Amino acid sequence: MSNKTNLVARYSASERINHWLVAITFVMLAFSGLALFHPAFFFLTNLFGGGSWTRILHPFIGVVMFVSFLGLIAKFIGQNHITKADLEWQKHLGDIMANKAKNLPEIGKYNIGQKYLFWSLVVIIPLLMLSGFIIWRPYFALYFPVDIIRVAVLVHAVAAFLAIMTIIVHVYAAIWTKGSIRAMTRGTVTTAWARHHHPAWYKEISRENKL
Amino acid sequence: MALQSLDILRRSATTTPSPGVRQTTEVAKLIDVSKCIGCKACQSACMEWNDIRDEIGSNAGIYDNPRDLSADSWTVMRFSEVEVEKDKLEWLIRKDGCMHCADPGCLKACPAPGAIIQYSNGIVDFHEENCIGCGYCIAGCPFNVPRISKKDNKAYKCTLCSDRVGVGMEPACIKSCPTGALVFGTKEDMIQHAEERIVDLKERGFSNAGLYDPQGVGGTHVMYVLHHADQPELYHGLPKDPSISPMVTLWKGITKPLMSLGIGLGVLVGFFHYIKVGPNEVEEESESEQQ
Repeated sequence: MSNKTNLVARYSASERINHWLVAITFVMLAFSGLALFHPAFFFLTNLFGGGSWTRILHPFIGVVMFVSFLGLIAKFIGQNHITKADLEWQKHLGDIMANKAKNLPEIGKYNIGQKYLFWSLVVIIPLLMLSGFIIWRPYFALYFPVDIIRVAVLVHAVAAFLAIMTIIVHVYAAIWTKGSIRAMTRGTVTTAWARHHHPAWYKEISRENKL
Repeated sequence: MALQSLDILRRSATTTPSPGVRQTTEVAKLIDVSKCIGCKACQSACMEWNDIRDEIGSNAGIYDNPRDLSADSWTVMRFSEVEVEKDKLEWLIRKDGCMHCADPGCLKACPAPGAIIQYSNGIVDFHEENCIGCGYCIAGCPFNVPRISKKDNKAYKCTLCSDRVGVGMEPACIKSCPTGALVFGTKEDMIQHAEERIVDLKERGFSNAGLYDPQGVGGTHVMYVLHHADQPELYHGLPKDPSISPMVTLWKGITKPLMSLGIGLGVLVGFFHYIKVGPNEVEEESESEQQ
């Protein structure tokens, strides 16, 4: 993107498609999973064609998300190492959340909250895949002893809860920080947004003349 | 499945009371292992009444046939050769099948509303038309009883002939037993009958004879008279003190409301944060500064 439009490229088309593949499958998994977790959410099975269809589809959608997420890991892992500036930035979190932050350390493409999201999902999603595989009927559960299945159902439920909570924070952060969503829908952010939220990243791409 | 509908004690994945104005008497099947000759008439009667035929298996060199419970075999004889006293072989035969727990792990684990019903007479029944085939009942069961059919992916098990009991008849297996090892009646009567049998067995030298009505699952509506009640494991691994696994209790207990609440709160906290501090915006000046 050029200077005259005041825009900076943040995500390529393949990054965006990959992100939304994970996002769409995640929402489907959360809805179908919650439906089988608590009776209060059982009505969500209607979105998937009933209880049996929900049971059938959920694990297949899970495999699609897992594979897509591997793509996201490969694309984003390089930018997600936690730095000293990040830890310094974290100390200002209260002020940041209150919209009162001043003199923040310059951070790169991602702030520490985004990095925590990344690493949480790097742990949780494989855990969901593994525990889900163990309880997947009718194909795989029959190969595991019942004690292992009992641990797996609990791990699956707790991991899914943590993943949903993490994603609630992620979605809220995107809504709260104006100008962020277009990074994932259009691929670009304004230069002001980039300089304000990710100054070190902005400097880097300016230096590399990637504006 | 039966057409009873006013005597439901518990219904799977249902958070409000089910129709339960009709209080029926608690029933029980008593299996007197000391009288069982392993003839498998009960297996045949079960097949006939329920009109299901398992695939013909192969001889595995032991009497157990079919080898295991299945979606088509709701009761099987388990044969165990043991030496409780040295050099004194005992052939223990146990009719295996659903125990109809007062605190059913299958029902607790089931996510499909109305797929598992517990009647006030104590019968725990699967309503397969509501079953979604997830297999959670298998994880919930402390006795390894439910089986998922390969044909329709629905879970099946002994119904204690709820359709017969509902109209005042005894279960099919009881009818067929030639030795009186199987008896059926109110739970109270069955306990009394068992006590008489235990006195008899003790007189005959089985000093550890006793009733198997495990309290860890709230008692069961299928009970055993065992000659070695101190070692139920001898009878093809009948669990000594069965209870719903703590994993299942955690999974289907406190985590359900707590996590649901957590998710709801997470969304609300976000919403009110926005309402309180407003969006995190980049000021206009810095936008124009760039030009």
